[in-house]
Formats: sequence, C-alpha cells, structure tokens
Amino acid sequence: MTDMKRSSMLGLLVLVIRRDLVLAMRRRADVLTTLIFFVMVVSLFPLGVGPEMSMLRKMAAGVLWVAALLSSMLSLGRLFSADYLDGTLEQMMLAPQSLSMLVLGKMVAHWMVSGLPLVLMAPVLGLQFDMPAQALGVLILGLLLGTPVLSMVGAIGAALTLGLRGGGVLLSLLVLPLCIPVLIFGTGAVEAVSTGLSAASHLSLLGALLVLALVFTPWVTAQALRISME
Amino acid sequence: MAINWFKYSAPTTFYGLAGKLIPWFAIPAAVLFAVGLYIGFAVAPVDAQQGEFYRIIFIHVPSSILSMFLYLIMAGYAALGLIFNTRLSAMMATAIAPTGALFAFISLWTGALWGKPMWGAWWVWDARLTSELILLFLYLGFIALHASIDDPRRADRASALLAIVGSVNVPIIYFSVKWWNTLHQGSTIKFTGTSMHVAMQQAMFIMLAACWLYAIAVVLARVRSIILERERNTVWINELPEAKQ
Amino acid sequence: MLEVSNLACSRGDHRLFSGLSFALHPGQIMQVQGANGSGKTSLLRTLCGFLMPDEGAIIWRGENIRELDEDYYAEMLYLGHLNAIKDELSALENLRISAGLSGIELDEKEAITALRRMGLRGRERLPTKVLSQGQRRRVALARLLASDVKLWILDEPLTALDVGAVALIQELVAEHLARQGMVIFTTHQPLQVAGVEMRSLSLS
Repeated sequence: MTDMKRSSMLGLLVLVIRRDLVLAMRRRADVLTTLIFFVMVVSLFPLGVGPEMSMLRKMAAGVLWVAALLSSMLSLGRLFSADYLDGTLEQMMLAPQSLSMLVLGKMVAHWMVSGLPLVLMAPVLGLQFDMPAQALGVLILGLLLGTPVLSMVGAIGAALTLGLRGGGVLLSLLVLPLCIPVLIFGTGAVEAVSTGLSAASHLSLLGALLVLALVFTPWVTAQALRISME
Repeated sequence: MAINWFKYSAPTTFYGLAGKLIPWFAIPAAVLFAVGLYIGFAVAPVDAQQGEFYRIIFIHVPSSILSMFLYLIMAGYAALGLIFNTRLSAMMATAIAPTGALFAFISLWTGALWGKPMWGAWWVWDARLTSELILLFLYLGFIALHASIDDPRRADRASALLAIVGSVNVPIIYFSVKWWNTLHQGSTIKFTGTSMHVAMQQAMFIMLAACWLYAIAVVLARVRSIILERERNTVWINELPEAKQ
Repeated sequence: MLEVSNLACSRGDHRLFSGLSFALHPGQIMQVQGANGSGKTSLLRTLCGFLMPDEGAIIWRGENIRELDEDYYAEMLYLGHLNAIKDELSALENLRISAGLSGIELDEKEAITALRRMGLRGRERLPTKVLSQGQRRRVALARLLASDVKLWILDEPLTALDVGAVALIQELVAEHLARQGMVIFTTHQPLQVAGVEMRSLSLS
C-alpha cells in the first residue's frame, strides 16, 4: 500500500456524479414518482379550469413551469438526507478536495435525475395544451436553462433543512420564493414568442441566472452543510 | 477617549444597556405616531384625485420602507454573526425578523385597503405589492427555519446564511417582478407626487420616524428576552433583580 | 504532530470538557476514555473539524486545522458510528467509492484484495443490504486497508465485530503504528496492540 493512485478534482466530481446516478438507477421508483407527479399536476389544470383550448394555450407555459417547480421541490428533500443518515456526508466533508466540488457533483446528478426528465417530458405535455411548435421550443430551451438553477438553489435549502422535523415542507417554504425569477423569465420567454417578439432577452437572463448559480450556490451549499453537520 | 465598543457586544452588558435605551425610543415613537397620524388624517388636505382614500399611504409607505430596510439590516447582522461568530449579532437578526415581517404584512394590508377604492379590487398584481409579498415570504422562511432548529447555534448560523442568500436575491427578485409587471402592463401605484402638500410631506416624514423608533424599541425589547432565554443557565442572569423576585 | 491545546467543547448549554491538552506523535496510539455522554464522540468529531471548539486549537504539523482544511483531510481518516455504506451498492462498489471520496483511486483487483483480507471473500459483489451488521462494519473498515494517511480517528471501531475481526483490526493498527502512523480511538471493548504503549485520555 505504498503508492496509491490519487484522484484529481475532476475525477472526484465524476465519481460523485456517477455514484449518484447509479444509486438513482437502483432506486428507480423515486425518480419515477417525481416524473409522475409532474405529469399529474399538469394534467389536473385542464380539469380545474375547463378544456377551452385558447385559454389552455395561454396558460400552458405557466402551468408547466409551476409544476416543474413543485416537482423539483419533492425530490430535493432526498438530495443530502440519505448521505446524511448513513454517514457518507461526513466522509464527503473529509474529502481532500473542496466540498463545493462534491456538492456541485451532487447538484449535477440531481438535475440529470429529476430536472432533465421533466424537460424531456415537457413537449408531450405541451401538446396536451395545444402549444404551437415555436412556443414549445422556447419552453424547452427555458426549462433546459432554468431547471438546473432550481436544483442548485434548492440544494441550499436542502442543506439548511438537513435532518429537521418537517424538513420537506420547510424546504419548499425557503426555496420557492428564491426561485421566482426563474419562473418569471421562463414563462416570459414563451409569452414573448407567442406575441411575436423575440425570446432572446428572457433566455439570456435565464442563462445569466444559471451562471450566477453555478458560481455561488456550490460554495453556499457547502457552508450550509458544514453548519448543519455541527 | 476611546470607547470600548466590544464591551457592548457581549450579551451581558448589552442586556442592561438595551433596558436603559428602550424608553428613549419607545416614548418618542408614541408621541410621533400621535402627531403624525393627527397631521396625516386631520391636517393634510384632501387629495384632488384620490379623495380621502389616499391617507392610508401615511401608514403604507413607511411600513413598506421599513420592511425592506429591516431585511437588509437583518441580513447585515446575520453576516456579522456568521463571520465574526458574535452571538449578539445573531440575536439581533432573530429579533428583527418578526418586526420586519409585521411591517411587510401591514404594507400588504394597507395596500389592499387602498386598492379596493382605487382599482376596485382588493389585490392587484402591482410590481411593488408583489415584491412586498415575496419579501413577506422571505421573512417567514427565515422565522420558520430558525424556529425548526433546536440547537440555538445551528439555528443562528443556518438562518443567517438564508438571510444572506435572500438579500442577494432581493434585487434579482425585484427586477424580475418589475420586468414581469411591465410585460403584462399591470397597474402601478402612483401618488400625485408632483404636488405633494407640505402637510402631507410632514406627516409622511413624522410617520416614518415614528416607525423607525418603534422598530428599534421593539427589537431591543425582543433582544432582551432572547438574551434571557439563551443565558438562563448562567450566573449573571440568576443574579439579576428580576430573577430574584 | 497532532497537538491539542486548551480545547473546550459544549453541546447546547452543556459544557462537555474544557482545558483539554495533549499531543500525539508518530507511532503513538491513544484511547479516549469516559462514561457515556462524557464527550468522546464530540472530541473525535471536533478533531475532524465537524464541530467548532468553544475554545482552544487543534494543530496539525504546526498549523491550525481550520486553516489547513483540505491539506489536513488528505492526511487523516475518520471512521464514525455510521458505516457510510449504501445498501443498494455492493461491497466492492462501496469500498471503491469511499476510497475515491478520500482521494484514492482503487482498481477492482486492489479493492477485492482488501475485502478478502477483511474476511468478505465471496461477498464482494453482493449488495450490502443482504450482509450482516458485522459484515457491513467490515466493509467500512476495509477503508483502513485502502489508505495511506498518517492519522486514524476511529470511533468505536470494534462494534458488531466478532473475535476474528477484532484480532484483524488489532493487526492493522499495529501495522499502521509500525509505519509511524498515529491512532486516536474510543472503544468499549479492549483493544490490545502488542509492543506499543497505549496512552489514554480520560474525559469526565
């Protein structure tokens, strides 16, 4: 055991992402319930407001975005809790690389498991609402830029509420207000193309939020985890 | 002569200091409230366009201003507590939150009261009202997180981090809501600011000062009770005249 | 090497210990003793940097661990009450991942060798949820074999282990000390290491 192979920072990032993806594959039910919840919430709206197509077309983007927001809240509770309960989180904090990097890995994996399926499902649901192709395209692009932000901002809430009673509800209470800008720009983009304007400014603002989140949230989440582990 | 400010950053000394300061803020607050409300509701002239209804702004505007500033001050104390690990700063942040939430709530309520006669609806998705609502949510999140953590140190530190994240987010939220509002061409609260009567300005200023003084007095009182609760097992608390009775 | 000076810790309002000082040098082993609730685990968790001490400092190679941060973590290994293994993963996957988190890339052959030495022959590819408590602890302890760090911090390493496994851990600890490693640990079962003076630290 004299010369052990050291892993690089990037190697560790890949390790965490792969580990979380493997775990998600072995607990497929969790991933599926989030997706089914998303589909169900979206499908409930026409039942609630009536099947009038012109109204549904107008509501579509908002409904899909709000549903995506809610279903990502559902899966956030699990982001750190399993690792917290079985002691893996302790070991992550003792990793010889920065905790922010590991946290970023967990965020990426979380998005691939809970955000990406929503993005892929959105076109089908958009058709339920008779969305025109162009609006649908912008919606998907917006979701693609916005759902990672939800995972990243949500991770801060997940870290702060780690191990608390009623953590799930509390988590939503903390995170939802912080996600409002994503909702506004995401739905605004669709509305812009529907009224014949360009969605570029909305989408670039979403992109800016994504960059901001990428820069700051891993570090903030790492600090939150340290506070919660005390 | 240098004053040792750090002396007052210890809960022990601050407890006594706060107790002495409270009347100096509470009494002027009460007086200014009385004067401000009198000028606002009896002296200030009727507005040409809005009639008597506009008078609610003497409560609405100061509460809105206070709710926003208090959030920033709360986040500031939270940051101090997190960086320098000073217990008193964290206690201050905790003490400010309920008052800030109260002002946000009053601002929403008075906004609704004003909206009914002006717009014919209790609630209009105006940019400022919407931002105020989100601000109330942020306050509630802070209070809820602090309340759900049993260990006071973790509670202080976790909610401090949330307050800082929230304060970074406030400008983004405000900007996005404004953007959303102009896109949907919603209504905006506009007062006839160009021809604001002197009495109106006086009333507004006095009410704002009264709100500040009230907020300081209440926060000091709340900090005192937080100190009592946190330090209940220490010697100095048990030697206080209040505790001996 | 590891120096603790004037350390004080509390949980909530309760002061666990204060004025604690000691130094641990290469090749030394120290057992932390004390009744339940005397702060043994808290002391070890403070040494890991999870808990912030109320007072005092923890110095590693002349520098505070707060400043060293990741450089300190690269030289220590902590084994807590929790095994940090996933039910859904096999023993092999668990070991490779936990070694990976501590910065060491273990190939499959090395990992299997380590697991076999821990007495898990034939169990390497089973999901850990079908293993017994003792076997799961062995998977966690296999990390000791897949590591070359200086400082071991072990919290109750012998729980759920049978006689054979206890002997094996004693052997591993002896090897580690012979390599000029350091060990600080807690236990309720006796742990004997031949030829080394066992220092002890009492918390009361």
